[in-house]
Amino acid sequence: MELVISITIGVLGGSGLWLLLRPRTFQVIIGLSLISYAVNLFIFSMGRLRVGAPPVLLHPSVPGDLEHYTDPLPQALVLTAIVISFAMTALFLVVMLAARGLSGSDHVDSAERGP
Amino acid sequence: MTITDHLIIAPILIPLFAGGLMLVLDGRRREVVTIISILSTLALLTVAIALLMASMEEDPARTVRVYLLGNWPASFGIVLVADRLATLMLLLTATLGCAVLLFALASWHRAGSYFHPLFQFLLMGLNGAFLTGDLFNLFVFFEVLLAASYGLALYGSGRARVSASLHYIVINLAASTLFLVGVSLIYGTAGTLNMAALGERIPALDPSERRLFEIGAAILGVAFLVKAAAWPLGFWLPTVYAAASAPAAALFAVMTKVGFYVILRVGSITTEASGGASMLFGEGWLFAIGVATIGFAAIAMLASQDMGRLAGYSVLVSSGTTLAAIGLGGTGMTSAALYYLVSSTLTVAAFFLLVELVERGRTPADDVLAVTLEAYGAEEEEAEEEEEVGVAIPAILAVLGIAFLACALLLAGLPPLSGFIAKFALISNLLGQHWLTGGGIVSVQGWILLFVIIVSGLTTVVAVTRAGMRTFWTFTERELPHVRGLELSAVALLLFICVVLTVQAGPIMRFMQLTAHGLELGRPYIGAVQAQPGAAPLKQERAP
Repeated sequence: MELVISITIGVLGGSGLWLLLRPRTFQVIIGLSLISYAVNLFIFSMGRLRVGAPPVLLHPSVPGDLEHYTDPLPQALVLTAIVISFAMTALFLVVMLAARGLSGSDHVDSAERGP
Repeated sequence: MTITDHLIIAPILIPLFAGGLMLVLDGRRREVVTIISILSTLALLTVAIALLMASMEEDPARTVRVYLLGNWPASFGIVLVADRLATLMLLLTATLGCAVLLFALASWHRAGSYFHPLFQFLLMGLNGAFLTGDLFNLFVFFEVLLAASYGLALYGSGRARVSASLHYIVINLAASTLFLVGVSLIYGTAGTLNMAALGERIPALDPSERRLFEIGAAILGVAFLVKAAAWPLGFWLPTVYAAASAPAAALFAVMTKVGFYVILRVGSITTEASGGASMLFGEGWLFAIGVATIGFAAIAMLASQDMGRLAGYSVLVSSGTTLAAIGLGGTGMTSAALYYLVSSTLTVAAFFLLVELVERGRTPADDVLAVTLEAYGAEEEEAEEEEEVGVAIPAILAVLGIAFLACALLLAGLPPLSGFIAKFALISNLLGQHWLTGGGIVSVQGWILLFVIIVSGLTTVVAVTRAGMRTFWTFTERELPHVRGLELSAVALLLFICVVLTVQAGPIMRFMQLTAHGLELGRPYIGAVQAQPGAAPLKQERAP
């Protein structure tokens, strides 16, 4: 499972980075989204990958330690990170459309370069 | 808990409620919104002064004060910490906020919608970032202040602003993902994000985890250096700041200092905790990056054609100087760097406001003309000048000219104002630390910094004087700027504070030394946070 998660994060992050460096604003926004998915998975995996371990306390008879539960904190962090990156992507989308409307070009520099 | 203990959270709550209230009212009652904004900013200033006064108490147990939200113990809950450094930054932010608001009230706050709420949320994000005691909340407050700053950078709209903001947003979003990667690596290895708890856990890490932890810290450091606009990461700054509306740009002057603040804070805790073995943000690198930033900005200043960009590059000089100074280390250098930070932030903000006043009434065509004049126009000007002999400089230009002169002196660090004292303190510490007292030789790094600081001062003089001559001493056809009293008083307020910094340099410097000394130790901070009892963790006594 570790291998699958690592490859997923790597592919998402790599393709996101490549798109981030492209000249069109649409490519940039998709790149940013992919990178944020990669980062969210990464944060999630920092709580150690476990199968079948719940993040919330179940029953008083089960001791409340990491032997029986998965670490809930990274999951809470991911939730915050998802909300924030979603909001920022929405904001960026608006700015991107405004730039497209004002300059008539979807180039990141608001103007085509070269011939 | 006394009332001053609860005051610690006020710098976050006041702008939050004020901003929220404005959003409810906006569109219908502009006057009410304006009044709320004024009241909230003044309240922030009062709270900041009260907190600063409280932090100056002699009793060491009282200088670092901790506020546990919901009374959870520090390692579980959210914790706010107000020590001298944090309250100093709060006061700086609140002072700058007052001056900027004064300026904006004259006309800018009507240039678009939602100036006041964005302004309050930016203050909230800044205050929160200065007060927070754990890394993830730092991320949240960073996002709050960045979200508000995107709005303010776009404020007033226009093609230049939108296109500059596009770059600004992308770069900061990318930096935020780096921030998250760093934070999660630190959590994955150390198991906590509370700064004080981190300080205790670092020595206990085993070597393989230690390596991963340091990688995480390095990634985090890169994210902070993007915010501080250090050399290879700061190319976005001048364009954005020059394009932003004047009040927004002036407020942004303190934003680069957040990155600097966090580097200082986290660096102080981890260095102390590991007994100096693991410098979290490697000091050699910080120094090199700082010097490179100053060098780049000093050259770019000479090359910049319009005053907005000039002001943007002066932000870079200021952040480069502070980075290089703390990179060298030592209590003396840190305290001088703090003094420089306060003085230069106020100066740069005043300069941004002033530039807008001077450039007002100027169309883009004029800018093109100015550039052509620069390149070809020496002869034309002389011919014109003969006809204009005897025309006095209009009064308003004279007033602006004096303010401009003061800004130039402050930026370049020439006597008699606080810019000089700041640079003098830096250089005297540089020499004193290694040379005058120890009888040794100033290290190579010391010489480099000395040289770079002096040369950057020289290029600032050249660049600012050239811009000033072009603006005030050439007779162009353009109409005089319409300047309101409020706007002038905002600039005057900032310059007056710089004068106070100069006159009261002794006591202020002593305060900075105490602050730097507190940082040097690091231990009191960790101790104060960990000593807070909080409520006992919830026992599992619920029925199944």
